[in-house]
Order: sequence, then C-alpha cells, then structure tokens
Amino acid sequence: LNENHFLSCLVEFSKTSPAAVQVNVRDALNQAMDEELERDEKVFLLGEEVAQYDGAYKVSRGLWKKYGDKRIIDTPITEMGFAGIAVGAAFAGLRPICEFMTWNFSMQAIDQVINSAAKTYYMSAGAQPVPIVFRGPNGSSAGVAAQHSQCFAAWYGHCPGLKVVSPWNSEDARGLLKAAIRDNNPVVFLENELMYGVPFDLSEEVMHKDFVLPIGKAKVERQGTHITLVSHSRCVGFCLDAAAVLAKEGVECEVVNLRTIRPLDVETIEASVMKTGHLVTVEGGWPQYGVGAEICARIMEGPAFNYLDAPAVRVTGVDIPMPYAKILEDHSVPQIKDIIFTVKKVLNM
Amino acid sequence: RVLELTGCAASMVASSRSYADFTPEATFDIKKVDLHRLEEGPPLTATLTREEGLKYYRTMQTIRRMELKADQLYKQKIIRGFCHLYDGQEACAVGIEGGITLSDHLITAYRAHGYTLTRGGTVREIMAELTGRRGGIAKGKGGSMHMYTKNFYGGNGIVGAQVPLGAGVALACKYLGNDQLCVSLYGDGAANQGQIFETYNMSSLWKLPIIFICENNQYGMGTSVERSSASTEYYKRGDYIPGLRVDGMDVLCVREATKFAADHCRSGKGPILMELQTYRYHGHSMSDPGVSYRTREEIQEVRSKSDPISMLKDRMLSNNMASIEELKEIDIAVRKEIEDAAQFATTDPEPPLDDLCSHIFANDQPFEVRAATPWTKLTSTS
Repeated sequence: LNENHFLSCLVEFSKTSPAAVQVNVRDALNQAMDEELERDEKVFLLGEEVAQYDGAYKVSRGLWKKYGDKRIIDTPITEMGFAGIAVGAAFAGLRPICEFMTWNFSMQAIDQVINSAAKTYYMSAGAQPVPIVFRGPNGSSAGVAAQHSQCFAAWYGHCPGLKVVSPWNSEDARGLLKAAIRDNNPVVFLENELMYGVPFDLSEEVMHKDFVLPIGKAKVERQGTHITLVSHSRCVGFCLDAAAVLAKEGVECEVVNLRTIRPLDVETIEASVMKTGHLVTVEGGWPQYGVGAEICARIMEGPAFNYLDAPAVRVTGVDIPMPYAKILEDHSVPQIKDIIFTVKKVLNM
Repeated sequence: RVLELTGCAASMVASSRSYADFTPEATFDIKKVDLHRLEEGPPLTATLTREEGLKYYRTMQTIRRMELKADQLYKQKIIRGFCHLYDGQEACAVGIEGGITLSDHLITAYRAHGYTLTRGGTVREIMAELTGRRGGIAKGKGGSMHMYTKNFYGGNGIVGAQVPLGAGVALACKYLGNDQLCVSLYGDGAANQGQIFETYNMSSLWKLPIIFICENNQYGMGTSVERSSASTEYYKRGDYIPGLRVDGMDVLCVREATKFAADHCRSGKGPILMELQTYRYHGHSMSDPGVSYRTREEIQEVRSKSDPISMLKDRMLSNNMASIEELKEIDIAVRKEIEDAAQFATTDPEPPLDDLCSHIFANDQPFEVRAATPWTKLTSTS
C-alpha cells in the first residue's frame, strides 16, 4: 500500500464501524517504534534508560529485549554529546530516534537540534539531509516543579528546518510518530507524560502497520458553529470537555487539534474561524511569544480576520515558573473552567 | 603530465629529463611521536614515492595559494563575513588524507577550506562558495564554514559541536559494518569543550571507529594554549583513550600517524586521539591581523624553519625525486588553477532569488514560506 492510497481508503473506512481496540498513548508510541524498527534496519533508538530500564516512562518497554544493544542504546547522562552523536549518525545515513528523558533536558543539547540538525540541509544546499526524530515528554506533569515542567512547543516551533509535532491521543501518537520516523527531516516530537496512561479506541485501520498521519495537518475533533477552539496535546482533551459542558448551554464549539506545531495548518484554523467568527487558542505553555500568539497573528494577517466578530483570545499556562504545591500547580495551568469562562467572554455571554 | 598542464614549449627542454633520472622512492627519518597509553607508535621512518611527493606538493601548494587568494578577495570585499584561513597547516589536511581513503569519513570545524579540497571539492566550487555564487559547492547557501562533499560533513560553525557529530558518523560506520572510520577534528581552543569529553566517553564505551584529531596551532582565536588550558598536553586529554602527539608541519609524520591510528580503529580497538602540532600564518580569521597576541618574529620563525611545503620540497630536491623546474611548473599550474577559479568566483552570478527558500526540507512537496511581509508569497522546494 502506498501512503496516499492508504489515506484515501481510510476516509472511506471511517464511515463504517470498524473493530476497535483500546490502546493508551504509551503503548501507541511503543507499537509505532516497534513497527518502524522492524520495518527499517536503519532505525534505532538512543537515550537515557531506553534499553534495560525499558524507558524512564516505559515508552520503550520490551524494545531492547527484542532488538538488542545495537538498536536500542542506553546513553550516559550527556545530552549534548548523545544528541550530537544522533545527528551525526543521521548525516551518515542511519535513522536515529533520539529520546530526551524530558524536553527540559533538551536545553543542554539545543545547539545540536537547531544548528546541527535543523539548519544543515539548507546550509548544504540540499546535499546533506538529516533524517532524525527527537522525542520525549514535554510540558507540565504532576508535582515535578519548575525545572521539569516547561513547554518547548514555541521554542522549537520558531525554527525553520524543523518539523514540530505535538500529538494528543493514541491515534495521533501512533500515526505521527510513524510519519516522523519515515520523514527524511529533523522532527521534534513533543509527547505528554500525563497522556501516556490514557486509553483511546483505535480502529483496525489505525492499527495497520503502514498507518501514518500527515505532518502539518490539523484535525477537527469536534464540529461546531459558534466558536473555534484551537489547541494541541493534552489541552485538546480539556477543550472537548469544555465543549461538552458548553453544549448544555447551547454553545457549540468547534475543537481543532493542531497535531503539528510547525508547519502550522493555518488553513484549517482559518476555515473554522470563517465558519464560527470566534477564536480561542488553548495551550499549556507560557503566553509570551507562544503558540497562541502565533495563531492570533496569522489570523490577523489572513482572510479569516474579516470574519471575526470578536478579538481572538488565548488561554495559556500562567506566566510563572511552575510551583510545586498542588493547589498552586493546579492554578498554573489552563483548567476547563478557564476555557469555559473565556468562551463566554468572547461570545459576550 | 606536467607538459599537459602547462603546454609551455620552454618546459619541454627543462623536462626532457626522463622519469628514469629521478629517484622513484626514498625513505626519510621522521620525528618520534609522543605516546600516551600506547606501547608502540608509528614507524620512525616514512617511505615516499616520487608520485606521492608530487601529489602532496601540488595539493599543499593548491591549498596555500587558494587561501592567499581568498585573503586578497576578502580585502577587496568580494568575500564577506567569516573567513578562517588554513595557510601553514597544509600538512595536516594532506597528511591525514594520505593515511585514510575517500570511503572514510571526516568532519572538522570552521577552518575547513583545505579539507573541502582534500575531500574532493574543487578550487572553483570552493572559491565560488566563498564569494557566494550559484556555482559554489553549497550553491552560495553556506559560505566559508558550511561546505560539504561526499563523506565530508563540513565545515561547522559551532566550536566543538562537530566532535560528537563525528562520533555519530563513526557509530554509523560500526552499525553498518563497513570497515570505515571517521576522523573528527577540533582545535586547541575547542579541546576544552565539555561535549568533547562526553564524546570521548561514549566513543570509548561503544568502541566507535573514530580518530579524534586536535589541530593545535597554539592559539584559540587570540588566546594562547597556556592561557586557555590547564593541561596543554592535548594528546593526553582523552585520558583512557590512547594518544599521539605528532609534528603537524611534516606531511609524512602526519600520514604515518594517521595510518597507525586508522589501523587501531579498524582493528576494533575503539577511538584514538592525535594531537597535530601545527601553526597558522594568518590570524584567527580575516578580521584578525594576528599580531596583537603573538609576535611577527614568531610567525616568521615558523615560516622560515618549519614551513610544510618547503620541508617537502627540500626533501624531494635533496633526494633527486624532482627537479626545481618541475616543481616550478607545478607552481605555475597551481597559480593558473587558482586564477581561473578566482575568475569564475568573481564572475559567476549570485544564486537566483528563487533559491532563497529552497532546501529547508528533503524529499517534500513544495510549500509556502513566510516572507518579510504577509503579502509576499515565497515557495520552498526540496
């Protein structure tokens, strides 16, 4: 099956009721890596504790037992070094998956991600592609405090030469990780630790070993007419929860799951805004210079602006380092009530 | 071959001596190498054939003249930005290539023009890259520090980043089981970078086929080794990694040490580290006159006593491996090659504006790129 044919079949199949299996996000990622390791010998995984520990968050469970030392490599705690090694391996034709235990630790290695991976194809005028995936959990978790809770979507989303992907559910995780591994370019894959254990129904089609999702395409998770909610990662779930509550009051929200941060699927957002006339972005990251800021700027500059009946507004993480105490942490991230409150404000309810 | 190059009638007289008149091969004593964690080192003699000698001479001379031409073009503002010249260090690039093959891999930092040449680039495409033209080796997109050829991964602007990259290439060699190795170069300034020690660790743990080479030219920008490094014995800095300290001004020393290091890697023993003691005549870059932190006398002394090209020339002449006229003809041919390349580099057009956004992603459909204003539509192709 080639991927285009497959995706066109998928559209048809989704109209029937296919056999569903419950898979949580962790297992979806695990299966995706397993299948891609089996499919292409050049794919390998490296990072801290990915092998004998089965992964710090168990995402790579069972892979070392199956594939061994050559393809699942435990690294010392030296991000800058092993990220550089991963990029060099990609230069020489392998297809590394480089795991950062969390994206916070990627700051130690960010030069390799940006200057060695993202920019090389351009600097070499196409002579040197870099087929690498950097992956790991991003954004806030639970009680891990300031140094372990930052969202990097905006930082990496800023840089040309990178593709930046942020899955929400198991279908996203599976399809986007397979696509990322098969992509011949550097992909920053932002997972979410709190989503790892969440199960979702996956259809037979999604479970097919060649199921991939297109990078750069958002998905409308819920159709609506009154207002557009655009989000990524865990916040998509909060938007759907808020939409369910609002529906009882007669407000129908359209929920757009970005799936990809870069390239941003502005067309899908515009089409939705042109339908609803109202826009709220929802993200876990900090507000200043963030994902929501970019979306609002693009809407201002494009055809959808003329359809807005109210200014576009962002719901974001609070602009502070993440505190530890539960009550403080709970108030540092967007909650469902914040989304509902904002929708009502924008709709002047 | 010399006749083909020059087509000069006068040279027919000078070169009427047949090859039978020259010594085909000679063996030279070379400086003993300082060893770290090694029982034995490279041999104390090196055999040079006439053919090899002429090849090394020509290549070193080409690098020398190419760099001097770049100096000229920079002063005329035809080359802009960063330009880090390699004159004085030619024996390193040429000697290393003499000890490996083009199927092996190499990566270096920003003082990379010499390596771009020894790794298969042409003077023409190197110079046109420096002048930012479409005929440049990176189509004008990269510039001085970002030149690539097959199995040559640049040209890297961030000090030290190239070292773990090189280890990654070496990992690929081991992974693919192709008996190839990677030479990963860095300077005395970079030698203190943390990521290099991270790379020493992983390369040793995983027995990667990597030759670490520290080109110690005594100065990291304007900071002498004594002022930057608590230990200036760079060949020992790999600690558990065996090391060699080599005279980097002698192309034969460099070659023999590289052969020795390559054997070490290919036998599966893991990494090895070579320190090449060398010298750059120019300052750090074209914006550095190079005399505020060192004396002109020092530069002159190296030039008169240790110049790599002179050393090879003297060896060949005093052993009757070539004639003065023959070497002069090579000089003339090299000058012509450089002139032609400079001519090309100054007349070739700049890249087309259509190329502005190309080469962001490999193997992708064309996509729109945000320009300086929202109304301009730019396209990126692979």
